[in-house]
Amino acid sequence: MAETHSLQDLQQPAVSSKVFVQRDYSSGTICRFQTKFPSELESRLDKQQFEETIQALNNLYAEAEKLGGKSYLEGCLACLTAYTIFLCMETHYEKVLKKIARYIKDQNEKIYAPRGLLLTDPIERGLRVVEVTIFEDRSIGSGR
Amino acid sequence: MHLGVSESMRECEYSQISTRSSTPMETPYKKRTPKKRKWEAFPGRNKFYCDGRIMMAKQTGVFYLTLVLILVTCGLFFTFDCPYLAQQLTPIIPVIGGVLFLFVLGTLLRTSFSDPGVLPRATSDEAADLERQIDVANGSTGYRPPPRTKEVVINGQTVKLKYCFTCKIFRPPRASHCSLCDNCVERFDHHCPWVGNCVGRRNYRFFYMFILSLSFLTIFIFAFVITHIILSSHRNGFLKALKDSPVVVCFFSVWSIVGLSGFHTYLISSNQTTNEDIKGSWSSKRGKDNYNPYSHGNIFTNCCAALCGPLPPSLIDRRGFVQSDTPQLASPTNGITMYGATQSQQSHMCDQDQCIQSTKFVLQAAATPLLQQQSSEPVILTASPENGVSLPGRTSLALGGPCTSLPLGQPTPPTSTPSLSCHEATDIHPLQEPVAHHHFLTPEEVPSPPGMLHCGSPLGHSHTVQAGFYNPASQDSLHEDSVRGLVKLSSV
Repeated sequence: MAETHSLQDLQQPAVSSKVFVQRDYSSGTICRFQTKFPSELESRLDKQQFEETIQALNNLYAEAEKLGGKSYLEGCLACLTAYTIFLCMETHYEKVLKKIARYIKDQNEKIYAPRGLLLTDPIERGLRVVEVTIFEDRSIGSGR
Repeated sequence: MHLGVSESMRECEYSQISTRSSTPMETPYKKRTPKKRKWEAFPGRNKFYCDGRIMMAKQTGVFYLTLVLILVTCGLFFTFDCPYLAQQLTPIIPVIGGVLFLFVLGTLLRTSFSDPGVLPRATSDEAADLERQIDVANGSTGYRPPPRTKEVVINGQTVKLKYCFTCKIFRPPRASHCSLCDNCVERFDHHCPWVGNCVGRRNYRFFYMFILSLSFLTIFIFAFVITHIILSSHRNGFLKALKDSPVVVCFFSVWSIVGLSGFHTYLISSNQTTNEDIKGSWSSKRGKDNYNPYSHGNIFTNCCAALCGPLPPSLIDRRGFVQSDTPQLASPTNGITMYGATQSQQSHMCDQDQCIQSTKFVLQAAATPLLQQQSSEPVILTASPENGVSLPGRTSLALGGPCTSLPLGQPTPPTSTPSLSCHEATDIHPLQEPVAHHHFLTPEEVPSPPGMLHCGSPLGHSHTVQAGFYNPASQDSLHEDSVRGLVKLSSV
């Protein structure tokens, strides 16, 4: 019977390396990340799985930055109230960022953590990179 | 028992990673570390007030001047002209004046106090990763590498992304490094001394609203002061009217502000930044096929996008707390290296850090005899990464020796002369005033010193993070790489 060992039970796993997924600027300054699969993750993760995660993130960021009726309305309302309205309510972008944080947490729990990987929310890196931390493979005796 | 444990571990294949915190070492040590907010450790040359809520440039003298000019002029208008006008014409005049004045003040403060869109500097791991990629791309040559640029095709136009040596990132398109504030700013427009801050992605709309409302206010005040004078002179004579109305708005200042608003209206409608316009980046003079790839196509969409589009959040978490196990790069002063800065920031070293420190000492000790034997020992230039984790040739620069005297990421010195000061912006002033220049500084990177000088105290640190987990068998490859790095150093 396979047991799940929580972090506290075992010694802290060591960080083997970090992979950085850079921004994709081919569509301009909007927030998009490259969907190219990093070679360092080949042994740990499915290419498709990774691409799905990144694509979902890209879609979420596109939703945050979308120019449409709703965002214009919010902008106009904010201007009319001399931007004091943001003292009471969150901007649309902030709401989507929270959604993204939940999504990443969810992905980490379901897919990445069981494979010894950890996704860092890009906002913690200034929306420059998606940092994937690769932890040492402890089931095999020696390190990588 | 021992066997049983390892078997069950093999079954579950990988150890479950705690997803509660982003770094595994965070939780147990959070209580011990002194609570320091990130703005206190911010590497740029900014000033923070109200515990990180307000962010301004270092030089704020001109901003206070702007405030004083606006307050004094409006104060004089409301005191001397409004009573007469409210009586003679309509009381709505002071009301409209009041509303305009409050709007001007609000937008000015919003522009000055908010984060213009500063890009946080790369973490040491990121910087190391980028260096590694660049080294791989350049090949292991002994001379200084060429300036780092990346080309990207955006909507059919080729755009060059420059590498910022201070922030250790490839700047996103339209971003620029402000030499006064020592930060990379997204969609950098210009550094405005009148508002005491950079104007970038996050505060451009406030800046535009400020100059637009200020134009309306100046025209409003100017018009009604003239009206007051004319009305007074009908009764009392022109000279007496002038005496009664001490507010004489400088004709040129009105037109300067109005001119500036007009210019920025043009920029917004064509979706360009001041920086791009001055450089003529998207001008048709550069080539037939040269067009602005960021424009949405029509004026209306461009305006809406710039003014009413979604407001991105601040990327620098000013009021967050500094994580002790992910050391922040402290601002470089007096040539303090990363190593020294880290030590001063972290009073409590966790086991991981102690491991890092001891590994550093090992590397230093190992490399010192290499330094002495440099000339005699055959140099093995191996570019191949070991154990799947590659080390750029600068590993050796974790050494105490050549690097301690070198400043960490040399901050670009402020450009003392504005490269172009084509726009004059003065504020309303009762008296004739020499026209001041709007500082449209096109910040350029200082020509980088020989690449080796950007050594690698941050790199050294990150390598030791990785090095800490190597098995002794890979120490030899470490030595090879450190020798390679030393050879590079000596060839400068």
